[in-house]
Amino acid sequence: MQATPALTVEHLTKRFGGRVAVDDVSFTVAAGEVFGFLGPNGAGKTTTVRMLGTLISPTSGSAIVAGLPLSPANGVAIRQQIAVMPEAPGLYLRLTVTENLEFFAGLYRIRDRARIPAALEAVGLQGRATDLCGNLSKGLRQRVALARALLNDPAVLFLDEPTSGLDPVASREVHGLIDGLRERGVTVFLTTHRLEEAERLCDRVAILNTTLRTIGRTDDLRDRLFRKRLLVETRAPLTDPGSVFDGSPGVTGWEANGSGVYEIVVTDAKLAAPDVARALVAAGADVLSLAEQRHSLEDVYLELISEDVEATR
Amino acid sequence: MSGERIRAVVQKELRDFRRNRFLVGTMAVLPLVFLVSPMITLLQIPASTPVSVIHHAVGGSSLLLFVVPAVIPPIMAAYSVIGERDQGTLEPFLTTPIEREELLLAKAIAVFLPSVTVAYGIYFAFALTIRFAAAHAVSAAVWHTPQIVAQLVFTPLIATWAVWVGIAMSVRARDVRVAQQLATLASLPAIGITALITFRVVTPSVRLAVALAVVLLVIDIRAWRFVSKLFDRERLITGSRAKPS
Repeated sequence: MQATPALTVEHLTKRFGGRVAVDDVSFTVAAGEVFGFLGPNGAGKTTTVRMLGTLISPTSGSAIVAGLPLSPANGVAIRQQIAVMPEAPGLYLRLTVTENLEFFAGLYRIRDRARIPAALEAVGLQGRATDLCGNLSKGLRQRVALARALLNDPAVLFLDEPTSGLDPVASREVHGLIDGLRERGVTVFLTTHRLEEAERLCDRVAILNTTLRTIGRTDDLRDRLFRKRLLVETRAPLTDPGSVFDGSPGVTGWEANGSGVYEIVVTDAKLAAPDVARALVAAGADVLSLAEQRHSLEDVYLELISEDVEATR
Repeated sequence: MSGERIRAVVQKELRDFRRNRFLVGTMAVLPLVFLVSPMITLLQIPASTPVSVIHHAVGGSSLLLFVVPAVIPPIMAAYSVIGERDQGTLEPFLTTPIEREELLLAKAIAVFLPSVTVAYGIYFAFALTIRFAAAHAVSAAVWHTPQIVAQLVFTPLIATWAVWVGIAMSVRARDVRVAQQLATLASLPAIGITALITFRVVTPSVRLAVALAVVLLVIDIRAWRFVSKLFDRERLITGSRAKPS
């Protein structure tokens, strides 16, 4: 990744009348990064994308988008450098796929019309170029919208809920396309509330709920929020589990969680696991499994969002 | 100002119009209504009718023909911005580098071209039919030079006014139908100027026609600037006005 960030956001705030949609949000996105922007409905994800896409003005705060300060004077220059794929594909249904792309190529003043078939090829739609968009399935329309977003070779590509309303097969296709963008070095700003999608695709994620709740790599977020644990399952309950676990290096605590199931709190799972295994074997236990307990991004998300829900009660 | 972007929007709009059955139907049927009625009236006038009666009848008929450039553009123009929002295409459109003046001018050209083509087509169909089928005195009144000049000059000017009124409504209204109705209503006063000539309330002359045309032209150019100021990306996307800090 390069040193210059593709996006720098500082204290960005947006109010609609008395309602605060986005409050004091700051983050950076490195060039070539796939950055996930997560949050529940109404968290301010789309508002943030619209501000960074120069569609709406921030109430306060600042941002640098593709090297340009976010300001009305830079609106055209910023929009020339970015592409935004909104939640709805927004295609002209009475026009063909190629006609839709020709229109947008004209708006970006792209003279090299070979980019249109190239963009269609990138999303696997070269065979549907002459189809009317109104005759395409939702998944195919989403692909056309992605081809449209690739036309101007954007420095930053904003994808707002790109798999919203798609079936699992179409969603997987879009995921494949985003993977392709990562390989091409495109900076992707992906808003979603599908956590498995963010976990699978993003280098880093930010969780937003009007304010920025956390930001980082998913592994780091897990480590930050949850203690590391090993899960041990034995054929029969241990007669004296304390004598087995308490003496093992790296173990800071444990608890029995059902018959023959133990959750062991450790400082480092990879270092502690061999010692725990040796202690179990020495105690004559029949070990069925020993594994690190994995917290998903969903656990992280729910932990943070439930804190907000608790706070508002 | 980029000619390339304006051309792209005009081309897209015209393609979209051509494939919109409702619009094509409206563009075909509505002008015919305004053509048939005055034509029948003038064809029924006998040669012995006094000249003042003929002039009055021709004035009324010409006025009906001026309704065409006044009512067709608002129907199309009122759809131009709010219609994009309704079909979900406005947001991707506005995230491109197009400037608001380019967008509005392109939308206006795309409405103006078919509207004026239809209006001229209807006028010449009317004038030629009268020429060959009506009484000589009626034909002479229709083919009176100031009358022709008024039609040729005022048709595009009235259409331009109607286009800007339609786009202004489209930029501000929350509903396509409301925008179309208000725009059609607001376009009609422009016909008043031409009514002065067609009914010979003021003495028709080429000089007067040119003077009034200049006035309308100035209004049309100012209307572009005015509508540009009405255009607010934030309001169109979110429904509320931008309030920068």
